Amino acid sequence: MSVQTATAETIDLADNRKHRTLWGDAWVQFRKNKLALFGLTVLTLIVLFVVIGPLVYKVDPDHIDITLSSLPPSPEHPFGTDDLGRDTLARNLYGGRISLAVGITAMFIAIFLGTLVGLLSGYFPVADGPLMRFTDMMLALPQLPLLLVIIMLFRDALRKRFGPELGIFLLIVFVIGILGWMATARIVRGSVLSIKNKEFIEAANAVGVRQYKIMRRHILPNVMSPIIVSATLGVATAILTESALSFLGLGFPPDVPTWGSLLFANRDFITQNPWLVFWPGLLISLTILSINFIGDGLRDALDPRLRQ
Amino acid sequence: MGAYLIRRILLAIPTLLVISFVIFAVLDLAPGDPTGTLPPTIRAEVREQIRESLGLNEPFHVRYVLWMKQFFINEPLNWLEETTGITIGDSENRLRVTSWSSRGKPVVDLIGERIPQTLWVVGLAYLLSIILAIPLGVISAIRQNSIFDQVGTVFSVIGYSMPTFVTGLLFIIVFAVKLQWFPSIYDTTLKVTDWSSFMQQVRQMIMPVTVLALFQIATLSRFTRSSMLDNLKQDYVRTAHAKGFRERYVVVRHVLRNSLIPVVTLMALGIPAIFGGAIITEQIFRVNGLGALLIISIQSFDIPVVQTITFIFAVLIVVFNLIADVIYGFLDPRITYQ
Repeated sequence: MSVQTATAETIDLADNRKHRTLWGDAWVQFRKNKLALFGLTVLTLIVLFVVIGPLVYKVDPDHIDITLSSLPPSPEHPFGTDDLGRDTLARNLYGGRISLAVGITAMFIAIFLGTLVGLLSGYFPVADGPLMRFTDMMLALPQLPLLLVIIMLFRDALRKRFGPELGIFLLIVFVIGILGWMATARIVRGSVLSIKNKEFIEAANAVGVRQYKIMRRHILPNVMSPIIVSATLGVATAILTESALSFLGLGFPPDVPTWGSLLFANRDFITQNPWLVFWPGLLISLTILSINFIGDGLRDALDPRLRQ
Repeated sequence: MGAYLIRRILLAIPTLLVISFVIFAVLDLAPGDPTGTLPPTIRAEVREQIRESLGLNEPFHVRYVLWMKQFFINEPLNWLEETTGITIGDSENRLRVTSWSSRGKPVVDLIGERIPQTLWVVGLAYLLSIILAIPLGVISAIRQNSIFDQVGTVFSVIGYSMPTFVTGLLFIIVFAVKLQWFPSIYDTTLKVTDWSSFMQQVRQMIMPVTVLALFQIATLSRFTRSSMLDNLKQDYVRTAHAKGFRERYVVVRHVLRNSLIPVVTLMALGIPAIFGGAIITEQIFRVNGLGALLIISIQSFDIPVVQTITFIFAVLIVVFNLIADVIYGFLDPRITYQ
């Protein structure tokens, strides 16, 4: 008799609540963080600005007209023109496309390498020692000097092979990625180590799931949150590095607009026309600022311990 | 502690050797050619002789070992001779690491000329950041969520997000172009002889130092704040209050002392970073320091100079990592080294 009632109740208790997902929960948490929302809004605006901007504002960023040189902002040229009469707004729009593309691509390379090294060294004790030694060694390398040197040395060879723009793009993206994976590898390794000994991994091992499958199906999804946070912050670092390189004259050449190379090319005209360096500087800073806010917000939102 | 220190130093040596190998290999295996920047009118035989005189025809491992010998044995010996005045061995014919441009000047001399400017700017920036960041962090922590704290948070996030080349150019626009308070170009030939030249020196240093310090202030003050907040919640703080100590005494003698332990290690780790930042700052304000030498040498393909400076940066990183570890154990007795 009592058994029957219990069954009836169980049927009654069928889950009618709204379906909740990890990302849904994270979004609820993320929305509570005002700074993170501010960052997301600003970043979305900047991305729309550089992606859609050139489709609406159809001015050739490379069109040279010396008669219109160094103009202040006007209705025809809202941001003014540079020393060669090129339109500053158009150059900032195209420059943003390249800067963001570099940031995102370099981040993917760094995150791929970092995740791979972190997973391997966290999961296989044999690989842990050598891989972590290697990571420590990479961390002790002086980043900026080495970046400058590598780009200087391989620039011409890659330009010959892939053309002036694509060659330097590939070089910069790969160098930033290859020198930027170490932090991710350490974080991923730490998370893998803490998950590896949990019961569900033991259970998967017991039913005979292959090692590769355990890593892909059970470990990787559980270390996704730290990877996403470091990917977000990685975009900011990569954009910063690219602009620093271009600013030192060793990134993109001055005729290819990126935010960094615009600063480099126009800093000699800072006295005559300060607006030329103001806009790319503002765009870089706003992008980095908003990505940092988003990264902090994501870190809190994806941490289940902070969830109410 | 002593045994730990020795082991750490011994571990640092292979790390530096590997790094020196990486730096040497990257520069050496690169597709560039040092004779490529010479005028094209030079004939092929002469070009070949130049290559031979630079030692480029030797096999890779021979060049690496020779470079290491010059770098780790000959140069320190030279330095020892110069400072003590004693001649050791055949110092006349000892091979030195010489620059490929600058008329074959020894690299050490070139770096020696540049280092004072860099050290002044970097050192002052570092001092400024510590003097400002720690009080800022402490006050923000004591008055958590006050207006001061909130303004401080916003400013440090901005300071953290604005790259030095943007703040530097912004400073030039505001203070050099609009207000004309400070010169935008650093004059290295300026000799400080009297009061007015001293003031000129101060004025030209303010902008590079501030720009370089901003980032450090932002990170250090935030770190001090969170470290203070962690400690303020501890039981020993309540005990100290319960014993009737004044607020000021508790904060300065109890909380601050404990909070500074991680901050000090961060300060040690920040030194290599600030040297790296100097590469960009020197470029903005045209200070002809070490960073400027690196950029010029990279552009003129002066490989010995580039190798040496890059290696100096690597040594800074390894040494200050070591120092940070040791200081941490020294300041925090809870950490024991085995």
